Amino acid sequence: MIYLDYSATTPMDTRVLDAMSPYFSASFGNPSSVHRYGQIAESAIDSARETVASILNCRPDEIIFTSCGSESDNLAIRGAAYAMREKTGTKWILASRAEHPAVTKTLLHLEKYEGFLIEWLDVNERGMVTPEIVSKAICGDTAIVSVMYANNEIGTINPIKEIAEICRANNILFHTDAVQAAAYLPLDVQALGVDMMSLGAHKFYGPKGVGALYVRKGTPLLSHLTGGGQEFSLRAGTQNVPYIVGFAEALRLTNEEREQRTTHVRPLRDKIIGTVLETIPDSQLTGDLESRLPHHASFAFQNMDGNLLLTLLDAAGFACSSGSACKTGNPEPSEVMTAIGLSRDWGLGSLRVTLGKDVLPEHVESFLSVLPSLVEKARKLNHR
Amino acid sequence: MTKVVVAMSGGVDSSVAAALLKEQGYDVVGMMLRLWSEPGKEDSNRCCTPDSMAQARRVAAKLDIPFYVIDAKDVFHNTVVQYFLDGYARGETPNPCLICNRQIRWTFLLEHALALDAEFMATGHYVRIRRTEDGKSELLRAVDRSKDQSYVLHVLGQEKLKHALFPIGDYTKPEIRKIAEKYDLSTATRKDSQDLCFLAGEDYRNFLKRNAPEMLQDGEIVTLNGRVLGRHNGLANYTIGQRKGLGVASPVPLYVITKQALRNTLVVGTLEELGVRELTARDVKWVSGETPHESFRAEVKIRYTAKEAEAIVTPMDNGEQVQVQFDTPQRDITAGQAAVFYQEDVLIGGGIII
Repeated sequence: MIYLDYSATTPMDTRVLDAMSPYFSASFGNPSSVHRYGQIAESAIDSARETVASILNCRPDEIIFTSCGSESDNLAIRGAAYAMREKTGTKWILASRAEHPAVTKTLLHLEKYEGFLIEWLDVNERGMVTPEIVSKAICGDTAIVSVMYANNEIGTINPIKEIAEICRANNILFHTDAVQAAAYLPLDVQALGVDMMSLGAHKFYGPKGVGALYVRKGTPLLSHLTGGGQEFSLRAGTQNVPYIVGFAEALRLTNEEREQRTTHVRPLRDKIIGTVLETIPDSQLTGDLESRLPHHASFAFQNMDGNLLLTLLDAAGFACSSGSACKTGNPEPSEVMTAIGLSRDWGLGSLRVTLGKDVLPEHVESFLSVLPSLVEKARKLNHR
Repeated sequence: MTKVVVAMSGGVDSSVAAALLKEQGYDVVGMMLRLWSEPGKEDSNRCCTPDSMAQARRVAAKLDIPFYVIDAKDVFHNTVVQYFLDGYARGETPNPCLICNRQIRWTFLLEHALALDAEFMATGHYVRIRRTEDGKSELLRAVDRSKDQSYVLHVLGQEKLKHALFPIGDYTKPEIRKIAEKYDLSTATRKDSQDLCFLAGEDYRNFLKRNAPEMLQDGEIVTLNGRVLGRHNGLANYTIGQRKGLGVASPVPLYVITKQALRNTLVVGTLEELGVRELTARDVKWVSGETPHESFRAEVKIRYTAKEAEAIVTPMDNGEQVQVQFDTPQRDITAGQAAVFYQEDVLIGGGIII
């Protein structure tokens, strides 16, 4: 089997596992405890927080550890929505149509049950939220803008810095979901100018089940997991010490090896894009060709069941993903496919190929040697 | 290793089929079809509820085999559900499982199995297959006669059967449950499925009311010699042999004898009049692929749950149709159901009763 789905998740780096190991049994203390056991655990978390803060170019107390990227998105959006309403009375929230469900579903929930007003920002046909779109949409009553750093399905990188500038100039909080971006893009929050940024470790060779939220000092935020005073009273619950250590070590390695990882995947990715568009009829790239995650290739094939292609690929030994991926055989074009204006006959036929450090040129070669015939096979089965 | 795709439903039979094939050394892949459900009832198609899908997935995980769900909503609706509605519109009582097995399982799904480079496809049907010396396949009744499902598979010809495996036909249902327990399959104690999957447990009449209301026009109830006894509320609401709920007063019990779709008339009669000695069947399929030229004796089954009856089967129209002459009168011969012919355990063929 060849794994080509690194945007879904990544295998954990053994160096990360080594860093985590001591904190399961040997140094098992509760970071909140007064005694030595607690102090050792607390010190591990503090070190982790400092590591993350140095990479994000922020203060350690601006890092909140959570259980995953989705929780980080929830804390940012719910927490800021309530706090802004209390502080300034504003309750408009803007978010792009192509956001991850962790953002969109949270907003729909706030709209339906809490009386917030949501405005969905259009994306262009490459899935990008342009600064102009944001400028046009904001008003004096806008509390929060949430635009993802890079899109999970189509890899498009948004002009976060420009959007952040617009928000700052208008005293609007800006949150970005950087879960997909973190493996390859710079995370300097000062340079980016964001107020909140969500991260999840398993997208960059860390463990599943741990995330972080950067919250700029002074950002109004209400806890939504209440209890003890952990994580600066913003996220109650005994900290998951080994996983937080793992998060920091994975991010440290990512930061250190970012350039070589990028240099490894980009040419392979370019080869995939070039070959697919050249050899497969009625195919198109989804997302932006230039402003794109370097490990990410995504396509739409007309009149083909994307789910079926994944099945054929899996049986042929290749693990990929699709925008309409659905384990229950009930495919619908994803929100993203619809947002970039793809009709149903294109939107159901999406394929996402995402690379990582263990993908070798010969893997890509053999993938590209089978893909055209499998697309043809899937199309034939579709056309009965 | 020989690759086989097992059509899994989450039920005990197909689960054990997969387990047995795995034990026999096949390279087993599990597949499940996402079938059509009425809008708003997507979670209740018996064959592919989220629950049955989860069950099938668990079984596949336990057996350590890949598992895929294939979208068959449109093709299922356009063939099976449409066939069901068309049959009722003609005044018949259609058996959509026949068309499902032929068009969905053994055409649509088989094509997907072959696309995965599988040599065989298997299902959890109680039926046996025997390969003859000249390379043909015979379809045999299951060892467990009470569970035999060969009736719905008479539509499979040699082209399909050469790819078919039916691993559980040699076992009885209690044995299958034991094997499921042995493999610790969570489906071991699940209840057997019944009724048509897309009816979601409802009476078919409610389904027709929603999906083909124009079919349910009231009309006359008459005797065989044309005497009007009352009115019916839509032919599709009645089944041949039905006695209760006719709403006509009569000194002797009356039964539905036949439905005349063109005149929208329901014909009723006595128990004696219900018995018929012969029937004609159309669209006859011969399992061997060869049409017999002469009449032959056979046991004939006229519905899934009926007991076989001795008869003489006479091919007509190059074997496209047959005439069946029963030794004794049979009741409830129903247009739209299949008449299937057996000699001993071997299924010879079958067709749709006119």
